[in-house]
Amino acid sequence: MKLAVCIYEGPYNHEASDSAYHFIKAVIDKGHEIRGIFFYHDGVYNVTKLMEPPQDDRHIANRWSELGATGIDIVVCIAAAKRRGIVDDVLVDNVRISGLGQLTMMAIEADRMVTFGD
Amino acid sequence: MSEDIKKIMFTVRKAPHGTIYVYEGLEVKLIMAAYDADISVVFMDDGVLALKQGQNTDELGIKGFEKTYGVFVDYEIENVFVDRQSMEDRGMTADDLLVIGEDEETEAPIKPKVVDSKEIAAMMAEQHNIMAF
Repeated sequence: MKLAVCIYEGPYNHEASDSAYHFIKAVIDKGHEIRGIFFYHDGVYNVTKLMEPPQDDRHIANRWSELGATGIDIVVCIAAAKRRGIVDDVLVDNVRISGLGQLTMMAIEADRMVTFGD
Repeated sequence: MSEDIKKIMFTVRKAPHGTIYVYEGLEVKLIMAAYDADISVVFMDDGVLALKQGQNTDELGIKGFEKTYGVFVDYEIENVFVDRQSMEDRGMTADDLLVIGEDEETEAPIKPKVVDSKEIAAMMAEQHNIMAF
């Protein structure tokens, strides 16, 4: 099955980003395909390289970047990002800023859209 | 190479103010309407409050977006529904609903259609994807 994942909440403050990450890993392990990952609302904060969590904790942005390095398309909504001061310069590698059209294509092309957030 | 038009439903379940979900969710609907997809929107739970006419966010010091719903029909977002029970639970009637556009010929105002949860469930079962905002 082809899945797309939306993440609506910021890192550490909310479990959405962690849950989505573990869900995606499980989806891939089961042999399914991830059509794309889309960060919206405060979710755009998950992929800024400015974050510097304590070393004994998970690094949420790096984790997403590593997932992106495997070839999964990870998109940050430009409108939501601009509103919150997230620009290309502060993004970790292997993620990109683009428009809501990308979310639309994911919704059309994926068999299921799974949303993590309140 | 023609592909079947996909049915995509938006659900709006949160109050319009207090968080940005409903406002940013509205932006998604307007963008998605420009694509080849069969869009519908269902307001339920606290989301029905977003459709209440006469909202005023001046005192909150935030940008209101109530008027933007008035362009739905112009954007070809015509399948707009509101859950009857959610409205009743919040003391709203069909008279409270804002206008989402007007009929091309008669210029009569068009409002969201009030439906029951059973009808919503039936519509949900037909969707290719459902997006929650």
